Amino acid sequence: MRNNELRLEVKNFNFYYGEFQALKDITMDFHKNKVTALIGPSGCGKSTFLRSVNRMNDLIDISKYEGEIKLDGDDIFSKKYDIVELRKKVGMVFQKPNPFPKTIYENIVYGPKLHGEKDKKILDEIVEESLKAVALWDEVKDKLHSSALGLSGGQQQRLCIARAIAVKPEILLMDEPTSALDPISTAKIEELIRELEKDYTIIIVTHNMQQAARISTYTGFFFQGIVEEFDKTEKIFTNPNNKKTEDYITGKFG
Amino acid sequence: MSILKGKGEKIIEGSIKVVGLFSVLLVVLILGYIIFKGIPSISWEFLSQAPKDGMRAGGIFPAIVGSIYLTLGTIVVSVPFGILTGVYLVEYSKDNWIRRTINLTIVNLAGIPSVIYGLFGMAFFVIYLGMGASIMAGSLTLGIMCLPVIITATRESLLAIPNHLREASLALGATKWETTWKIVLPAASPGILTGVILSISRATGETAPIMFTVAAFYLPFLPESIWDQAMTLPYHLYVIATQVPNMPKANMDGTLFVLVAITVGFNLLGAYVRTKFNKQR
Repeated sequence: MRNNELRLEVKNFNFYYGEFQALKDITMDFHKNKVTALIGPSGCGKSTFLRSVNRMNDLIDISKYEGEIKLDGDDIFSKKYDIVELRKKVGMVFQKPNPFPKTIYENIVYGPKLHGEKDKKILDEIVEESLKAVALWDEVKDKLHSSALGLSGGQQQRLCIARAIAVKPEILLMDEPTSALDPISTAKIEELIRELEKDYTIIIVTHNMQQAARISTYTGFFFQGIVEEFDKTEKIFTNPNNKKTEDYITGKFG
Repeated sequence: MSILKGKGEKIIEGSIKVVGLFSVLLVVLILGYIIFKGIPSISWEFLSQAPKDGMRAGGIFPAIVGSIYLTLGTIVVSVPFGILTGVYLVEYSKDNWIRRTINLTIVNLAGIPSVIYGLFGMAFFVIYLGMGASIMAGSLTLGIMCLPVIITATRESLLAIPNHLREASLALGATKWETTWKIVLPAASPGILTGVILSISRATGETAPIMFTVAAFYLPFLPESIWDQAMTLPYHLYVIATQVPNMPKANMDGTLFVLVAITVGFNLLGAYVRTKFNKQR
């Protein structure tokens, strides 16, 4: 590791769906234990970028990439890099809450069990820890063994975050995690993200400009597959260098 | 009721209700007749003894055991094959000629009359592969007959599982097989189970595919291995109803009752397992 503060380095990264180039020459550094927000209009490549970091895009047959993404100094696209290991280190929270149709308990232990944890005591501890970390413990501790689908949307999304951190990742990718939630649940998740920042490096895609301003330290503005501007959040929202960034955050287009 | 409901609407609703009730009535009539007629013939002797006096007396024990063996054999053959084929089609195959060929084959298999399966089983398993008329040959024949329904049910149930569940599992570091085995298949299991139960209980009651491949006319002892012939309930019923002169009717009613009880029982068991699965979610 050349730089302790750097967790994820992206260099000259291009991504294609078939003939269509969705990401053009992306170069970004993501800092350890900081929240980075990715903003930009729909279809600008933010989600595609996010899904490149844990190689979710590998599921799409026609996808193709060039350039490199390094996690703690190792190229995640190298043949030697184990994709299971990568996804253990890089957790993901999706747009729509997607708990498994299992109990709350089983949702949390699913990841740790996959990675070989069998000790019931340790699993119990992981469940409690993870649920406490997302401030869900008090709400669900008496119904750990009932279905996760009985929870409200906001609770389900916090459960999904708990499920992601149960495997103790280094990076958390969040793809518009609050877009399907009401304002109160959204506020809770935002508060949670600021808490999680202490332990995790977070990259969050959001369509909500205020949200980006509230929770992130760095902000990247994507436009038509290009990172137009990437800087401290404060700078982006008060004094952007780029005219397009300014137009976007002031609502002239989007 | 709603003011939008005109007279025509009421007539349609009424007619649909009558049609619906009619199908219930049919089932109640058939089952009622079988139960009403069959119960008096049931005795411990009838259930536990072999037929005697040219099948006009005694019980149907060998046929019950034979049917159970054959049903288990059919499950062993068709369930793993059917489910894995469905999994391959939905989770693993790309949209290529292999997938299209399998899909086309399933449609064709589903349309083949059961007697053709019987003739195929006799020609291929019994004669060509030299298995002889045996539980093995019968199970394979019935198993193949069940495949289309099980594959189709599996395929449709898997297709109904939203992709975001697969993604959630993969994103936690699960492999494709772990995702399929631990998340997708359990979520799809109610639908798969329905297909399995429908096809297996139909197979249990089939006569045509087994009369050339496994069924024995009269066998006073139980099969000892999968290479033995066996008596079975549907074939026994066919035999005593058409081939044995002066057959006491009570004997037929009793056999019919036992056959129906086994298939209905199997369906009920399936329904129970299904609701149990559903509750866990």
